[in-house]
Amino acid sequence: MTNQPNIMKNAMKNAMKNAIAALAVGFVFAIGLGISGMTQPSKVIGFLDLFGHWDPSLVFVMLGAIAVHFLTYKLIRRRTSPLFSMQWHVPTKKDVTPALVIGSTLFGVGWGLGGFCPGPAMTSLASLESRPLIFVISMLVGMYLFKFVDSKLKIQK
Amino acid sequence: MQADWINALLGGVIIGISVSMMLMFNGRVTGISGIINGALTPLKGDTLWRVLFIVGLVLGGFVMKALNPAVFSGGLETAGWTNVAAGLLVGFGTILGSGCTSGHGVCGISRMSPRSLVATIVFIAAGVGAVALFRQVGIFN
Repeated sequence: MTNQPNIMKNAMKNAMKNAIAALAVGFVFAIGLGISGMTQPSKVIGFLDLFGHWDPSLVFVMLGAIAVHFLTYKLIRRRTSPLFSMQWHVPTKKDVTPALVIGSTLFGVGWGLGGFCPGPAMTSLASLESRPLIFVISMLVGMYLFKFVDSKLKIQK
Repeated sequence: MQADWINALLGGVIIGISVSMMLMFNGRVTGISGIINGALTPLKGDTLWRVLFIVGLVLGGFVMKALNPAVFSGGLETAGWTNVAAGLLVGFGTILGSGCTSGHGVCGISRMSPRSLVATIVFIAAGVGAVALFRQVGIFN
């Protein structure tokens, strides 16, 4: 009982640290996106245009990111916990569900139609152009739409 | 053309570093669709980091814009409804499918998650199929 206030205080401190860390991560991620070419929708369409004028350069974005994180993931998970949290929050589900496949299909079609996935769309808000803004608003509506459908159907994700 | 893939690789490495920071500091996967979706349904003590992550994504965009505005070139000139439809599909699909390019494509594959491997193959294949179809029907010139 005596250390209850301390636990609360630590949780508050961690929440602040988590928030500042997330700000830094978002910032660095956006720099990576900008340099990589992912914020240029026509490049993304070129990457997906396998049967047309294929531009393979964006393959290297995934290769670079996975090469780094494949190594760091193993190293970091040797720790008993992350720096600013009591435990890990990494997904552990393994089963491939219809929701996973159908959702990924819809996402892929949307990605091929607009040339934006969620991260580059958010970062492109900084261009102050209308297209990324309309895309992001539509994306948020899509997420709310899912919440609504899910509240009726209780989808097994 | 050669500079394109070098930039892509460099950008990818920076993305890899940023998701590693998220894991090291917060113990989390950097899944952008999930982070945004979580911010839409605020839970106590689980919202501030999500909002600041998004602020970071946009701030980084402003810095990139100042350094090299060309990073935001290459906007599509397709009909406006396609942009709206694309956003709806991406929003709905990523939440139904538990992730997007970052959560499944980068973080999930890096830890060899079978779900993420399947999701990534499916969304890239769907994207390739969709672009081929959209060319056929004239949505893309």
